[in-house]
Amino acid sequence: MCSGRIALEFVLRAFANGIDGVFIGGCRLNECNYITQGNYHALNMVLLAKRMMQHIGLNPDRLRIEFMSSAEGVVFAEVMSDFARKVRELGPLGYGESLDENVLKARLMEMTALVPYIKVHTNEKLGKRLLEPSEYDKFFTQDEVDKLVNEAPAYYIDPQKCQACMICARRCPAEAIISNKGEIHIINQEECIKCGTCFDVCPPRFGAVTKIVGLPVPLPPPEGQRAVIRKKQEKEVA
Amino acid sequence: MTYTEVDNVEGEAGNFKVTLLKKPRYIIESKCTGCTTCVEYCPVKYPDQFNQEISKNKAIHIYFAQAIPLVTYIDESCLYLKDKKCRICESACKNKAIDFNQAPERIEVKVGAVILAPGIEAFTPKIGNEYGYGKFQNVVTGMDYERLLCATGPYEGEILRASDKKHPHKIAWISCIGSRQVNPKGAGHSYCSAVCCTYAQKQVILTKDHDSDAECTIFHNDIRSYGKDFERFFQRAEKLSGMRFIRSYTSVVREDPVTKNVTVRYSTNDNGVKEEEFDMVVLSVGLTPPAEVKKLAGKFGIELNDHGYCQIKETNPMQSSRPGVFISGAFQGPTDIPESVFTASGASSQCGELLDYRRGKLTEERIFPPERDVSKEEPRIGVFVCHCGANIGRIVSVPSAVEYALTLPNVVHAQEQLFSCASNSIREITDITKEKGLNRVVVAACSPRTLEPLFRETLRDAGINQYYYEMGNIREHNSWVHSKEKEDATDKAFDIIRMSVARARHLEPLKEFDLPVNKTAVVVGGGIAGMTCALSIANQGHEVHLLEREKDLGGMARKIYHTLEGLDVQAYLQDLIKKVYSHPSIHVYTQAAITEAFGYVGNFTTRVKSEKGTTEIKHGAAVIATGADVYKPTEYLYGQDDRVMTHLELEERIHNGDEKVTKANSIVMIQCVGCRNEDRNYCSRICCGESVKNALKLKELNPRMDIYILYRDMRTYGFREDFYRQAADKEVKFIRYEPQEKPQIIAGESQEGRPVLKVTATDYVLGSQLEIDADIVTLAAAIVPAPGAKEVGFAYKVNLGMDGFFQEAHVKLRPVEFAADGVYLCGMAHYPKHITETINQAYGAAGRVLTLLSHDTVIASGSVCSVDEKKCMGCSACAAVCAYGAIEIRDTKQGKKAIVNPILCKGDGLCNARCPTGAIQLKHFTDKGLFAQIDAMVPNLLDIAKHSKPVMREKEVSTK
Repeated sequence: MCSGRIALEFVLRAFANGIDGVFIGGCRLNECNYITQGNYHALNMVLLAKRMMQHIGLNPDRLRIEFMSSAEGVVFAEVMSDFARKVRELGPLGYGESLDENVLKARLMEMTALVPYIKVHTNEKLGKRLLEPSEYDKFFTQDEVDKLVNEAPAYYIDPQKCQACMICARRCPAEAIISNKGEIHIINQEECIKCGTCFDVCPPRFGAVTKIVGLPVPLPPPEGQRAVIRKKQEKEVA
Repeated sequence: MTYTEVDNVEGEAGNFKVTLLKKPRYIIESKCTGCTTCVEYCPVKYPDQFNQEISKNKAIHIYFAQAIPLVTYIDESCLYLKDKKCRICESACKNKAIDFNQAPERIEVKVGAVILAPGIEAFTPKIGNEYGYGKFQNVVTGMDYERLLCATGPYEGEILRASDKKHPHKIAWISCIGSRQVNPKGAGHSYCSAVCCTYAQKQVILTKDHDSDAECTIFHNDIRSYGKDFERFFQRAEKLSGMRFIRSYTSVVREDPVTKNVTVRYSTNDNGVKEEEFDMVVLSVGLTPPAEVKKLAGKFGIELNDHGYCQIKETNPMQSSRPGVFISGAFQGPTDIPESVFTASGASSQCGELLDYRRGKLTEERIFPPERDVSKEEPRIGVFVCHCGANIGRIVSVPSAVEYALTLPNVVHAQEQLFSCASNSIREITDITKEKGLNRVVVAACSPRTLEPLFRETLRDAGINQYYYEMGNIREHNSWVHSKEKEDATDKAFDIIRMSVARARHLEPLKEFDLPVNKTAVVVGGGIAGMTCALSIANQGHEVHLLEREKDLGGMARKIYHTLEGLDVQAYLQDLIKKVYSHPSIHVYTQAAITEAFGYVGNFTTRVKSEKGTTEIKHGAAVIATGADVYKPTEYLYGQDDRVMTHLELEERIHNGDEKVTKANSIVMIQCVGCRNEDRNYCSRICCGESVKNALKLKELNPRMDIYILYRDMRTYGFREDFYRQAADKEVKFIRYEPQEKPQIIAGESQEGRPVLKVTATDYVLGSQLEIDADIVTLAAAIVPAPGAKEVGFAYKVNLGMDGFFQEAHVKLRPVEFAADGVYLCGMAHYPKHITETINQAYGAAGRVLTLLSHDTVIASGSVCSVDEKKCMGCSACAAVCAYGAIEIRDTKQGKKAIVNPILCKGDGLCNARCPTGAIQLKHFTDKGLFAQIDAMVPNLLDIAKHSKPVMREKEVSTK
């Protein structure tokens, strides 16, 4: 396992559990004993996570990544002491930021829920190799991450258009689509990971899945009123 | 067997009797766990040999932090050994590993072959030397400085001056100390030590890491960055702020009596002789054969050369003068790490050739009981908490950790052990696992780095899948770093154990599968590298298919007639070709092209079109030895004037006795044509030697000929330096030029009206323009990657580096392998190199091939990735980050899905971090297991976590 295995969701999980600081140690950059250079991936993930923390009002200094070799015990000790001192200065999670515990928790949960969506939109960037430390700070800008988070879409199935063909439900990687036979399909917003797969696979002739940004998602029709309105039938009625 | 010397050698190749003398270390190695408690108690402080005597160590100590075996020894400074006093260490050792009754032990071993790898020592300037070493406190050697830089060094990685323990800010490196000496008596050696230019640059880069404002200066005679990627490394050092490279002979003049700063005198092109003060001076000392090399040579009855290294034959540089005795590493001469690794593997391949008939006769397979299927059982976890003598037990309350472990869910057994790694404790773990029906084992002790494999075996011995093992590190991560906070350390041990147990609950049994190995090899390329490698493999009983693109075998060596050292290359080549053709196990394909190759380690298929028609070859290993080509110059009138030719063309004409060259009045040789520039940012390595060779040959044929070599840096590294000096002695004129002021050539007439090529260049020593009338101009044209390298790389899924040569798995540590298993590399396909170096690497590749082919199966790790297709959204983020090409995206009815080839997967898990949906999971390090560990970090959260909504939903996907 490489430091590049450390996923964004691990970091958020630790903070959601009330941990005050998270430290990630990786091998020295450019000294990978394999060909993967995965520590660069870990670095990029940290740079992204810091912006996400800032987005919800958490101090990004609570997260740190350092690169060192197994022979550098002294460096490790220094870094850890320094980090511990820093975290102590910042105080307990949320307290130092004057954030209400429940608000913080809710925001972390919200961020966590957006992880799949964020990954889809940052994947290409996360694989880059930043050769100069001067590039770190501007790699992910706050505006960029704020925009990404604020514009996270919701997906909604238009009851008027859905033909209950089951395609979206079968393809949904999160199994978030309720798809009873002959009934219009419904996206369980709690489970939805905003990957957009349903949007992509809904046959264009139906075009039932819509992407909603910045507006509330309409409630699905109550149970019992979910029978499909067949396109053909519709015509007859008209 | 460490701390052991060879006393006597008898017998002959295939049947040696070697008497060894094992020196008493006063430690029972099998009992010492390397806990170093004894070191703490030892009262003797003694200059630390490993740290260049800059700091102190104890009489009982481990030689250095990464020593193997990691056990202590007692040296001659011990009070008991000297005066029969003390014995404190005996009572400090809880494992009773100290034995003062040990005496030297004579051991006789019977072996078929011997490899000598005595290595080198760093040159130490004699007291009273011209550089003030030993007199001025702030003059250190490169070796001293190396220790100063190191985190395990005398000042724990801080660079401090001996005089005032302050950080030096302005540092000078002086090159070629003990090397390239014109009068080697006392001052060192005539040869170039080959590694110092680059190690000095490395030290500068590391110094700047420590202190980015440091002012560093390297004084040098030539920058010899002849190794792979060294030119770029040099440029990296050159670009650092406050960094100067100054080409000058240099001496150390004086020390300031107050500040202890050191003054260095050097000459400059513009300002004459200058003096400058530095905080510290580092002498870039060269390499020297080990002190006792003559005794060693005497015992083994082998010959040494004039420099005190092993006398070798160019055609087999790993063979000593005594059959059955091989050598590796710097015993050949000053050598860098990659070459040492080639020769180590190469020497082993030659032992294999000698002893192949006995292969496998002494090995015994270990038998484990059949594995019990416990996957349906509730987790039954056993926790073993180790005292590590006093290492853990003195800080952490081990009994309360045991008590605590028993309160954790699914833990059915917990106990303490004095040393969990001791053989009785190992047996105990196996016995308890069987007796109590445990199906998961957690050992809370040290780092898994060293001992995890051992503990995994205890599970196998108990009939449990080895992946049901988990290790909690309560030593390095706890007792060693919190020795002053005992209570907190005990609490932290609770945390670590709780987290390990939480993860253990989610462990799954994994299968390490055996892949059959096809015993045949394919070698691509029929030059010296390919042929040598093919012969070595075939001599060990394997079929080899040798593919050559051209009509005939031989490659680049066909253009070379003799070497600097005097080998008749064509005679050698003919002999090699004959051996290849007459070997019953080697099948040669000429005019061959690979049309397709697929498969993986042990099981490749290659389709070849050749003179023989189309052939499909099934094989277990592939060696890429596609060689290189020579650059066709476009500069210096090449191709326009037939008096301008490449160095290889000159060699051919000399060989053919062409009077135009042998009777020429004057020849100019221009170095670095087509490389060390923007298009090819590397050094072609062989050209300096090539030009010196041609110059010497011409001087032999026509001593009155004027020969000029226009160079940037003369890179006659190693023993080749002697030939450079010989050429200079024979009045070959060496004139340096700068890349921004290249020599100019125009056709013209001499004063006597003879048609000549007029060559103009700046002479930096005299500071004037030079004009030379040349009859012939030769160009040291660059070595460039072979045409077709890309296609071969594509076929075997291996990469080319930035310069178009093949990219090995690791520059230093795995120089003949690729990241893709089962594919190997040798010769100029890797980088330009001399014939002896090619032979070294060819045997090296053969050695690695044999390591694979001599086994019936290869074991693939169980900890690889797999995809839950239902969760996969086909975004291919995983495939994009996999450096091993282990992930393929396939079209299915449900859209694109990723699929992992577990044989290619190396288990780094980068894809896991990228997967948006958690569809791809690295076994043994699953999200589930790692989340459990993260959650368990906070003690009372165990229950909360169950109720709060987890990030990645961990519900089981029902298969529909």
